[in-house]
Parts: sequence; C-alpha cells; structure tokens
Amino acid sequence: MEQFAQNHTQDTPSDLLVKMENVSFSHGSRVILDGIDIEIPRGKVTTIMGPSGTGKTTALRLITGQLMPNAGTVLVDGQNVPELARQPLFELRKRMGMMFQTGALFSDLSVFENVAFPLREHTDLPESMIRDIVVMKLQAVGLRGARQLMPSELSGGMSRRVALARTIALDPMMIMYDEPFTGQDPITVGVIMQLIRKLNDSLGLTSIIVSHDVAEVSRISDRLYIIDGGKVEASGSPQTLEESKSEWVQQFLNGRPDGPAKFHYPAKDYAEDLFTL
Amino acid sequence: MNGFLSAISGLGRKVISSIERMGRGQIFLFHTIMSTGVIFKEFSLLVKQMHSVGVLSIQIIAVSGLTVGMVLSLQGYNTLVDFGAEQSLGQMVALSLVREMGPVLTALLFAGRAGSALTAEIGLMKVTEQLPAMEIMAVDPYRKIIAPRFYAGLISMPLLAAIFSAIGVLGGYLVGVELLGVDSGAFWSQMQSKVGFYEDIVNGVIKSIVFGLVVTWIAVYEGHDAAPTTEGVSRATTRTVVNSAFAVLGLDFILTALMFGGA
Amino acid sequence: MMSRAKLELAVGTFVAIGLIALLFLAMKVSTVSSFSGGDGYEISANFENIGGLKVRAPVMMAGVRIGEVSDISLDGDTFEARVAFVLARQYKLPIDTSAAIFTSGLLGEQYISLEAGGDDANLKSGDVIKLSQSAMVLEQVLGQFLFSKAAGDE
Repeated sequence: MEQFAQNHTQDTPSDLLVKMENVSFSHGSRVILDGIDIEIPRGKVTTIMGPSGTGKTTALRLITGQLMPNAGTVLVDGQNVPELARQPLFELRKRMGMMFQTGALFSDLSVFENVAFPLREHTDLPESMIRDIVVMKLQAVGLRGARQLMPSELSGGMSRRVALARTIALDPMMIMYDEPFTGQDPITVGVIMQLIRKLNDSLGLTSIIVSHDVAEVSRISDRLYIIDGGKVEASGSPQTLEESKSEWVQQFLNGRPDGPAKFHYPAKDYAEDLFTL
Repeated sequence: MNGFLSAISGLGRKVISSIERMGRGQIFLFHTIMSTGVIFKEFSLLVKQMHSVGVLSIQIIAVSGLTVGMVLSLQGYNTLVDFGAEQSLGQMVALSLVREMGPVLTALLFAGRAGSALTAEIGLMKVTEQLPAMEIMAVDPYRKIIAPRFYAGLISMPLLAAIFSAIGVLGGYLVGVELLGVDSGAFWSQMQSKVGFYEDIVNGVIKSIVFGLVVTWIAVYEGHDAAPTTEGVSRATTRTVVNSAFAVLGLDFILTALMFGGA
Repeated sequence: MMSRAKLELAVGTFVAIGLIALLFLAMKVSTVSSFSGGDGYEISANFENIGGLKVRAPVMMAGVRIGEVSDISLDGDTFEARVAFVLARQYKLPIDTSAAIFTSGLLGEQYISLEAGGDDANLKSGDVIKLSQSAMVLEQVLGQFLFSKAAGDE
C-alpha cells in the first residue's frame, strides 16, 4: 500500500521530529511552562515525566496545536505549529496520533467502526480495503476477535488497545501517549508497554509518552525528560538519569516520600500548634 | 462598606461573565450554521439524531398533550358553564392549545427531556475526551456532532408541538363531549369558526420553530461549553433546563405581543 | 444500537405523524376559509351600528352558516358602517334579502343573519343589501327600558 509509505521517513537517528524551543505557557496567572526546551528525536521513544499537574499534558497539547504558547516555537517536522493556518494544521494532525488516558473511544460506535473512523473520514478507500486495514490494525494490538464489541463492553486495558489501533489506522509519523499506564493492572501495563515499543520499532514511529510511572517507562524509553515547576529538571537516557547526582531526581526516580520535595506541607512548629489554644 | 463594595464587584463579575458566555454562544451558533452542509452530505447523522431527540420524545409529548387537553376541557367547562357558554368549549380548548400551550409546554418538556439529554451527551463526550480525540484526528466536531443534533432539534420541535396540540384537542373532545355532555357538533363547529389557519395555527408553528431553535441551541451549546468534569456536566444540564425555560417564556411574551397583541 | 433500517422507519413515522397532526389542525380545527377565493361571492350591507361584530363572524340564514364577514369599514358619506361578507357560491339570494345583526346566546358573539325576501332576481357579486337592521346595543336597550318604565310609572 504505497500511499502510506510516504509517511515513513528514512532519516538518520539524530534528526529531530519535534523541537520545542524556549516555550512558555500560562493559564491565567499560573505559569505552567517557563521557557522549556524539549527535543524529540525521530524513531525513538521519548518520555516526559514529572509530578502531577506540571504541564506534561500541556506540552502535548502545544505539539498538536490545541493550545498556543505565550512564547517560543514548537517545530513539528519542520513546521512551526502555532503559526499554522487551519488547513495546514489539519493536514499535520492527520499525521499525528494521540492516545488519550481514557482511550476516548466513540461510545456509540463498535470497535470495528472506531478503528475504521479515521479511514472513512480521511480516505476514499473502498469498503473492502478499509475492512482489511482495520483487521490488520486490530491484529497488531491483539484484538482482532473483539471487533464487534461496543466500547462499554470492553475492559480498561482492551479499550486502550482499541484506541491504539485507531491511532495507527492512518499510519501516522508519531504517536503521543497521555498517561497510558495509569490505573491499569500489571498485565495490561505489560501489554501496553510491549505494544508501544514494538509498534515504534516495526512501524518506524516516533513515540512521545507522558507518564509518571517511572519503572515501566524507563524500560522502554530511549530518552527521558523530567519536568517540574515549568522547567526541565533533568534529561537524558534512563541510564544517565539513574546515575544523576541531583537529589531531587533521585527522590523522583526512586519514589522516596521525603527529600528535596518535602513530605510536610509548610506549617508552623508542631509543639506550638498542639499546645496553643 | 467593604462587604457592600465586594458585593457590587461580584455582581459586575457575574454580568461580565454572562455577557462573555453569550458572546461565546453566538460564535458557537455561527460555527454550527457554517457546518450546515454536512446535513446534506451525511443525512444519516441527522436521521439518527432525529430519532434520539424527536422519536423518543413522542411518548412524553403525547401523554402530556392528552392530559393538558383534558384538564383544559374540564376547567374550561367549569368556568364557561357559569355564562351559559359551555358550547364554546371547543374553541376555548383549541385556541389555548394552538396559540400557547402547544408551543410553550412542548418547548419546556423538550428542554427537560431532549435538551438535557443533548447537553449531557455532549458534555460526557468532553469528559471522556472523545471531542478532543476527534479534533486531533482532524475531524470537525461541529460537522459530526453538533450540527446534526442542532438541526434535529430544530425540525423536531414544530412537529412535536403539532402533535401536542392535536392530541390535546382530541383529549378536550373526549372530556368535553363524552364526559361532560357538550354537543359534539357545537364543539367542532365553534372551534372551526374561531380558529383561523393563518392567525392561530401558523403563528403557533412559527412560535414552536423559534422555541426549537433557541432550546436546541442552548442545549447543544451548554454541552459543548461544559467543564470536562462530572460536576461540570451536571451543572451544564441544569443550566440548559433553566436557561431554556427563561428563554422560552420570555420569547413567548414577545411573540404573543407581536402576533396577537394588536387584535 | 438499532439497525439503520429500523431507525429510519421510526424517524419517518415520527415526521409523518407530525405532519398528520399539522394537517388535522389545519383541516378539522381551523378553517382555511372555504368561502374566500374562487368559492364565494362578495356582498355588502350598511348598518347604523354594528355593535360587536368582527371580521370572520359568521353569516347565517335560517340558522345555517353560509358565509363570513370579510371586511368592516366606515362609509365616509353616510357615516354608516359598511360590512362586506363572502357567501358560498351555491347559495343564490333574492335582491330584497334583509340583513340583521344578532347575538348568539345572551352574551355570545355577534353574527349577521340574512332573511330572504320574495324577489325573483338574485344578488350578484358586489351588490349591496338595502334592508338592514343594526345591532342591539345594550346601553340603548336599557335606556329605552328605563325610559318606558319611567313613562309607565306616571
């Protein structure tokens, strides 16, 4: 199927698919991202980690163009996303895939119809070809036999896998995963982890994962970013970070309750609190 | 003094945010109307929505129409009989239904049943990230989700109002003629002589079209504008019903004054 | 998930029911004036006082409704009310037909009652009825009553 081959780039590993330069974003008076630089190399799995609410999902939204940065450039495949007009942005989005935390399957369509959706919307392929593609995508995620089920009948893990099949339906150049492991049982986590890595390598994709499941993500990522307070606290390969001298990074990676990020919320002296009226 | 000042500024904030919302609502309506083309290209979307919005509302509309017609007849008889004018029952029931009760009550019931369902459905799609997913897949939610529902409501409302009025008249007949002994011939002939097609029926239909537009607009907008949390959706559904009620009753006054005021 | 066919059937039925309801309202509940247009011919009459007569009030003869009032205006020369009404084409009336304004019931609406004369010639479209009796205005009747009562007491 040659018409999808064009999305597979044959670039050197040092090429960057996404380059966020000096990006700042604020929501009202709250600064979420403060002049950060993130580079996503092609063909690799990059993970953005950090404590909750530090702007990881915001970064994804900036890449898809759903949000506009207050400053800085967001280059995706050479194009500056915030400056794109509606039509070019739409075209770019067709080459991106995003997997949402909740799967976000369309509840009134069957599994088959969900995966077929992007094909029906964006291509003029005949029904027989669509059927074949859907079956292949479902096979890749191991759910070929579930195609007639409705989303309400699927378990959490299964609906995420269907969402993944839907995301790869149009053979995108990159896939973004928004908290894919959160709240899943260990088996499902294992399944999804394997799928992410396998698909990335076999389809020549670039994968961006946003997660704070350190153990899982370290195993499959080529590169890690840890964000806190709107800035990049650390970046590098999982190996590099494990050997990091920063106490904060060590606290985060090892899940220690106390360290540079304090356990106690700032309060006055305990004895004073108990004994004053 | 401070409390007073903060109350005033709080009021100012509310007014500004209301105006903001209305502005967003207008822009929303604009986008919806711009997506009208999809109705012709993907007619099945409209059909599906007309089923969920219109067909499923028939039950409550029909039952309400019947009971309202019957009650009108009962109450009307009690009052008219004092003037010896009970033979005019037919026209009283018909005029009340066609001019006011039909369009207004249908609109309010519609807002409560179909309107709130629309809001909840769209709001839920926001919560489960189906709307952003669609956007990221470069599919326009206005075309696939919003416009079909909007037009389904717009078309269904006048039909439902007509059903309400028609069944109401039949209900009035049942009570008036069968139960209370009003003469059948008088019931229909008085009605026919006093209810004008253009003055009453057409005006009633115009009212129900206007109500349909406003109620569906509010319902779909509130769903689209809801905060993507369960609490946000529940508040949005409440707002749909409340705002629809205000809008319908307010517009009813204006339309009635315009249409029937002169006479 | 209902099948496509059943869905379309349901919606089609819904729309059909709605249209039937509208038709019912149009036909049985109101009158799309069957007297106007090609079906009727117009006659007028002058009255000193039309009382509460309104446009679209019925025109009856021997208790049968044969037309309705189409226009009410003031004749600038005679300062009388000129009432135009449309009659169903199948009814031919002699030119000495008289028109009176009666009230249906005690407090009901007012209508025009026609009483046929004996002439051979018939009224044509545009003719004016010569004999007319005005509406009974309550105040005048009461006034007469009180006046005659007062006269009777003396």
